[in-house]
Amino acid sequence: MLMLHCPYCGQDVDETDLHAGGEAHLKRFGPGSSDEDFESYLFVRKNPKGIHVERWRHAYGCGKWFLAARSTVTLEVFGTYAAQTKSPPADIQEKIRAVDPDWTWEGEA
Amino acid sequence: MSTRLSKGGRLIDRTKPLSFSFNGKQMRGYAGDTLASALLANGQTLVGRSFKYHRARGIVASGAEEPNALVNLGEGAKLEPNQRTTTTPLFDGLKAASQNHWPTLEFDVGAINTLLSRFLPAGFYYKMFIHPRPLWKHVYEPFIRKSAGLGKAPTEKDTDTYEHYNAHVDVLIIGGGIAGLSAALAAGQAGARVLLLEQTPVWGGRAAVDMPEIEGKPATEWISDTVAALRGLPTVTMRTSCMGAGVYDHGYVLAYEHLHEGGKQGPRHRLWRIRANQIVTATGAIERPLSFAANDLPGVMLASAVRDYVVNYGVSPGDRTVIVTNNDDAYRTALVLHKSGLTVPMVVDARADPDGPLVRKVCEAGIAVRTGMGIAKVKGLRDVVGVALCSMEGEGAVLEELPCECVAMSGGWSPIVHLWSHCGGKLNWDAEQAMFRPDPNRPPTGADGKGFVITAGTANGHLFTSDVLTDGFTAGAGAAAQAGAKGKAGDAPEGFDEAQEPIQPVWMMPYGAKHKLRAKAWLDYQNDVKVSDVQLAAQEGFESVEHAKRYTTLGMATDQGKLSNINGLAVLSNALGSDIPDVGTTTFRPPYTPISLGSIAGAAKDDLFQPIRKTPIYDWQAANGADFEPVGYWRRPYAFPRREETVHEAVHREVKNTRENVGLLDASTLGKLIVSGPDAGKFLDMMYTNMMSSLPVGKCRYGLMCSENGFLMDDGVVARINEDTWLCHTTSGGADHIHGWMEDWLQCEWWDWKVYVANVTEQYAQVAVVGPKARKVLEALGGMDVSKEALPFMQWADGTLGGIKVRVYRISFSGELSYEIAVDASQGQAFWDALMAAGESHGIMPYGTEALHIMRAEKGFIMIGDETDGTVIPQDLNLNWALSKKKDDYLGKRAHGRSHMDNPDRWKLVGLETLDGSVLPDGAYGIADGTNANGQVNTQGRVTSTYHSPTLGRGIAMGLVHNGPDRMGDVISFTNTHGDPIKAKIVSPVFYDPDGEKQNV
Amino acid sequence: MSNAVSVLGGKVAEGPVAVRDAGLRGMITLRGDLSDQKLQEVCTKLTGATFPAKGQVTSAGENGICWMSPDELLLLVSYGAVGEALEEIGKALSGTHHLAANVSDARGMMTVAGADARDVVAKLTPVDLHPDSFGVGELRRTRLGQVAAAFWMSDETTFNVICFRSVAQYTFDLLATSALAGPVDYLSQA
Repeated sequence: MLMLHCPYCGQDVDETDLHAGGEAHLKRFGPGSSDEDFESYLFVRKNPKGIHVERWRHAYGCGKWFLAARSTVTLEVFGTYAAQTKSPPADIQEKIRAVDPDWTWEGEA
Repeated sequence: MSTRLSKGGRLIDRTKPLSFSFNGKQMRGYAGDTLASALLANGQTLVGRSFKYHRARGIVASGAEEPNALVNLGEGAKLEPNQRTTTTPLFDGLKAASQNHWPTLEFDVGAINTLLSRFLPAGFYYKMFIHPRPLWKHVYEPFIRKSAGLGKAPTEKDTDTYEHYNAHVDVLIIGGGIAGLSAALAAGQAGARVLLLEQTPVWGGRAAVDMPEIEGKPATEWISDTVAALRGLPTVTMRTSCMGAGVYDHGYVLAYEHLHEGGKQGPRHRLWRIRANQIVTATGAIERPLSFAANDLPGVMLASAVRDYVVNYGVSPGDRTVIVTNNDDAYRTALVLHKSGLTVPMVVDARADPDGPLVRKVCEAGIAVRTGMGIAKVKGLRDVVGVALCSMEGEGAVLEELPCECVAMSGGWSPIVHLWSHCGGKLNWDAEQAMFRPDPNRPPTGADGKGFVITAGTANGHLFTSDVLTDGFTAGAGAAAQAGAKGKAGDAPEGFDEAQEPIQPVWMMPYGAKHKLRAKAWLDYQNDVKVSDVQLAAQEGFESVEHAKRYTTLGMATDQGKLSNINGLAVLSNALGSDIPDVGTTTFRPPYTPISLGSIAGAAKDDLFQPIRKTPIYDWQAANGADFEPVGYWRRPYAFPRREETVHEAVHREVKNTRENVGLLDASTLGKLIVSGPDAGKFLDMMYTNMMSSLPVGKCRYGLMCSENGFLMDDGVVARINEDTWLCHTTSGGADHIHGWMEDWLQCEWWDWKVYVANVTEQYAQVAVVGPKARKVLEALGGMDVSKEALPFMQWADGTLGGIKVRVYRISFSGELSYEIAVDASQGQAFWDALMAAGESHGIMPYGTEALHIMRAEKGFIMIGDETDGTVIPQDLNLNWALSKKKDDYLGKRAHGRSHMDNPDRWKLVGLETLDGSVLPDGAYGIADGTNANGQVNTQGRVTSTYHSPTLGRGIAMGLVHNGPDRMGDVISFTNTHGDPIKAKIVSPVFYDPDGEKQNV
Repeated sequence: MSNAVSVLGGKVAEGPVAVRDAGLRGMITLRGDLSDQKLQEVCTKLTGATFPAKGQVTSAGENGICWMSPDELLLLVSYGAVGEALEEIGKALSGTHHLAANVSDARGMMTVAGADARDVVAKLTPVDLHPDSFGVGELRRTRLGQVAAAFWMSDETTFNVICFRSVAQYTFDLLATSALAGPVDYLSQA
């Protein structure tokens, strides 16, 4: 059972107080988007054995969504950060690359 | 036979006799006994029957690893099956019964299976029951189910209580032997917050029996001094009878504490949910059995267990004990027995030439030691009567026979690596010591990417006291430092015990045992897996250890292979011709030993099983005969049956009365979300499919919400409170979900929009006053103008009624004149009472959710969860009018453009009227011509809501039918599980007051 | 207001650790920019309490300010004072984006008091309640058993617990059951 740091209220939070929200940094495609883009937005999700960036909500606490970069294998958490960002912060990306030099951020810069 | 010795037993108190019963037979023991030691003291060596062959089973071990001596413990409400006698403390009045036999333990008909054993080899069930297929369901499965399971399941409700406890520590130490005590000393002295757990009721582990010297003192003295010292450290907490059960992600640990047996006050078990920064597993080791023929007879025991029973409980397992070993440690058993005045006819050592200090001590005591020898087979039917010896080399020809009552065996020690392994700690094979031990370079990793488990002492593969103490101390100090403790740990205690010579691995006795012997050499006592079974599995291609386990059931019993796994996989690797580390181990899964279901439930039983949400009017409803139904976690009245009235009759009375007079509905469960801010209108236009920004202040509008998939998710009436503020009603079950949904979009997608949302669902009691006389009731209360002119349909107003501050919404879910009135929840009951009093002369009656459903169905109003199921889009329900064409975007709009959604060829909402006036079965399918590829009848629709309408006096239903709205008047048949298909005509879903005149008066 | 009743109706479970209904309390959810000077001023003026830091609760008698999230406070005032307080907030923050709502009746409030109070609450929440980690003046929003709750300690042996009204009975019974089950002798020894 994970323990994640909520960047909003500053608490280390037990997984039972959190709600998992799946892959982070999805780009929404609305009316006018192509079928391919809409399909990828709605249905296509990463399921990596390794580094993953996820959405979590401090559901039983402050109610805020935050994002977490962690390894699904070693359970190392590279950092949690505000949901109002388009990509993992530079320091977290650096921490990830220290463990996995081949890792690159594929989303928006 | 076993018996109580006249002297000795460091854990028992001979001044405190206890009485207990086994299979109805009265027996006596002492305080401090385990059930196992007390049974042995009473000469009860036969304690159960094995699972498959119903072989006689006796006590093998003295701790958590015991595979055989499981009993039904207690009776009635206290009955628990499969309880290990070796870990059950004896208490006065304990009642135990043996398992898995019929009719009696001594005479068990199932024992015939042992004669059939050559017909019941590994994989028997898979091979036997696969053909012919039709026999499976009615012949094979019931037969297998009948013979499955060891104990009896309790039939009465457990009367004990249980609880959870959450603890957060720097360093958690699991195991209270000398390694754990040493680790706790180091971590505690360094100032870390320490929790030390020991699964047995006493501290010290094996050292208290084997008595090495520590810090120049006998071990027991050091143990009690150290326990006292630890009690004096302010940051150290210690618990006995508390087992570390499982290690999970990020330092989460479950521990299982036994508080009492025998019906005392308070919780019986406590489940500790621990968050540890660092964990030290000082869990010790388990002695391995040796695989020789008939090693499963009662009286064949682990060598260490034999000396435990003598030293700890003053129990003799038999007058004459033959010791068979491949290592020096078992010689301690010979010395203990000899010292207690019992006879050791011989130590049989598989090694060619042992000559360590312990061996010499045994020789000096005059005990015969035979080397290079093994046991060909144990003699006896239900007890050991002797052993037949053979050379270790060869196939097992008997060289000599010795009479004895007990065989003490030792195949070496296996570190207990379970807790290390639960969360991913890896193992190395130590060929010299013939054991798997933790690889300190591959520990389970935590949130910081570093290891969070350190293993120490015997659990780390150290078999000598001095190493165990140093290792424990280093682990404790290291864990404390890792957890951030700043203090000094001090120096490690020093210990001394005799040197030992290397072990000689023996996986089969003798090395070349012929098939007849191998087929009687047990690996897994509980599940009856023998050496020959594992070899057969290998032969048949089950090369993976996980496959071989499942094929043979090795290690699948309640003991999870604590004794059998290493021996089994060594046999497997020999049969496969590969090395032991290449075959590997099966996965270690928590819990370490079974924990009670009660402890997992904790306080969550009876009234606390799950939270029941109650509205402010719940107590009144309960007192007035409400028949409640669950709606999410809410409890809502289904109806209010009166005396001598069925629920069905009550529902009909409530509908009729509401249609003719006036009814009251507790609508407090409806979700109420305030959405406010300069961008609130824009936001709600995204949330709802229809336009909410254009709603004038003071007015109400029905709205739909879709998921991004386009599926209908929630609905409700939205009221515009002021320029910047809307109040959104959600469905009863939907408030939290929709609140979370809104927050998700506001926080994660449109975070620059200025909108705040507050969930005020529970701030208000909401009461619907419904029916032609509703206005009269409100006028009787007085305080505000509720006339058609002042408060028209689909508007709201603030005011007072009967002196209570209210907000009144003119909305209707029944088709009648209807007011939904919100008051502060704390005044909900007072307001309800006032309405009941004011309405008395108008025939006011409360109504429940079923009347609500019938009335909305009569009006053709949809219900989320009935007409929708996560695959239904608004278009299916003819709600196209609520899909705004003016808006560029709203959640679900893009999905509505997908080809399947945009297809006219869908099942759509219609009304259904049975030709005979009966009620269609809920969920019934409309039958179409022909069959599909699977030979099933084709369908063309399904019933989504169906009721008997008291207003119309016949069955009414709504359903989704293929092209339904274009087929008005068509008659189609619906499936009926209770008889012939039912014919129904497709009609408009609005059965009552189609022009809406009644609600708009 | 004579007919207003608290959801727990004055319930008390006596014992070495007692669980008691705390009665009706005025509560206002205030969402807005917590760094805003005007917002801070109106909160401190209404309650008499100082403005809380992240994760803190401040109090002045029955009044108080609970930090609930980076953009949300819960103001505690007397039950009868909510109407006026809302008006005052409205005036003070007029033209500033905010949301203030009366939630007094949407909550149940109770106290858990006694030497072993920490252990009783620790049976039900995953929060670390060790005195080194959680003390007077700190607020946690978390779970008690299966429901959401917020709590803080007003002194070393007293917890104030707030939960949703509909589950107040469950929460009270859960705390009372935990108290009745007896001590754990863990945190009370710390």
